[in-house]
Amino acid sequence: MGKMRGAVVVDEARCKGCNLCVVACPTDSLKLSAGEVNHRGYAFCQQVNPDVCTGCSSCAIVCPDGCLTVYRKKED
Amino acid sequence: MLTREEIIQPQNLVAEKPALMNNVDMHYCPGCSHGVVHKLVAEVIAEMGLEEKTIGISPVGCAVFAYRYIDIDWQEAAHGRAPALATACKRLWPDRLVFTYQGDGDLACIGTAETIHALNRGENITIIFINNAIYGMTGGQMAPTTLLGMKTATCPYGRDPRLHGYPLKITEIAAQLEGTAYVTRQSVHSVAAIRKCKKAIRHAFENSMQGKGSNLVEVVSTCNSGWKMNPVKANEWMEEHMFDYYHVGDLKDTEVIR
Ligand SMILES: Cc1ncc(C[n+]2csc(CCOP(=O)(O)OP(=O)(O)O)c2C)c(N)n1
Ligand code: SF4
Ligand code: SF4
Ligand code: SF4
Ligand SMILES: [Mg+2]
Repeated sequence: MGKMRGAVVVDEARCKGCNLCVVACPTDSLKLSAGEVNHRGYAFCQQVNPDVCTGCSSCAIVCPDGCLTVYRKKED
Repeated sequence: MLTREEIIQPQNLVAEKPALMNNVDMHYCPGCSHGVVHKLVAEVIAEMGLEEKTIGISPVGCAVFAYRYIDIDWQEAAHGRAPALATACKRLWPDRLVFTYQGDGDLACIGTAETIHALNRGENITIIFINNAIYGMTGGQMAPTTLLGMKTATCPYGRDPRLHGYPLKITEIAAQLEGTAYVTRQSVHSVAAIRKCKKAIRHAFENSMQGKGSNLVEVVSTCNSGWKMNPVKANEWMEEHMFDYYHVGDLKDTEVIR
């Protein structure tokens, strides 16, 4: 019903697991990987709770390494 | 309910890595403020359409490799000498956007003279000043900007004014100089702060291109490695301790006053 829906694509190889995006997300949509690391040994961001994402872009704005691409679409 | 595939379509794109940022990994520690400011600089240059007309001057400090990360022309300055190099570039190419990108050790210690005199001469440049109150690159030594009581590798019992003097407020000094057009102090610890900081960088760059004088954008920043805390905690510590001494906001804007 006109609700904003979002989706985040993570550049896992570029991510350094700093956790800033996880804390910045108002909907608790993101989490760092547990027990899995990228080629540089960092835990990386994952969108574990995609249905709550509104596409607000807070995560992408705070990410120091530009790892996050955000898409946003209005639900019909 | 929309599927993920329906949302992930080019026409729905709202945020991505700035186009001017190279794909090479940045060497900064996880969560370092330098990365956020790099993104803002890259976005503003692209939004102003100055990709082919910008010269950045990188410092000695953690941002020494800034030239690898933003796809514009760069010069690498000797420690603290970025404002002198920027002066030369801007005088030789007045139609270029010329900015320096410097840490507090680079700008407020070894390069204090260059900073003050370039600003006082009213060179039509912008200085972006990353104040993380420490020498990040060399392992977290005390800087002129280190807060009183703050512990670093070279003041393990905390900065003591009787031994080390007081934290230097270069930005307040810059606001007193006739040559400066816009002097501001910003931060990048939250979405709102990042948006404001971007506007400040844009205003400074526009002033530089319009020949209004020198511009200084201080960004109160974190160095979570040097401060020995995680990135989230470092942002909290900065809000709690740095902003009391380094007040965020515009200190001077000649456009507003005149
Ligand atoms: C002439 C000279 N003196 C000292 C150094 C050592 N040195 C390298 S970076 C630096 C300070 C870096 O601190 P800052 O400018 O605050 O940058 P940050 O790494 O915190 O971003 C110093 C003293 C040097 N490289 N050259
Ligand atoms: S776009 Fe907003 S809601 Fe979605 S993951 Fe990022 S911060 Fe959370
Ligand atoms: S802010 Fe960026 S680098 Fe940090 S964890 Fe999130 S995606 Fe990774
Ligand atoms: S040492 Fe500090 S300033 Fe340098 S990259 Fe690491 S966190 Fe950033
Ligand atoms: Mg520093």
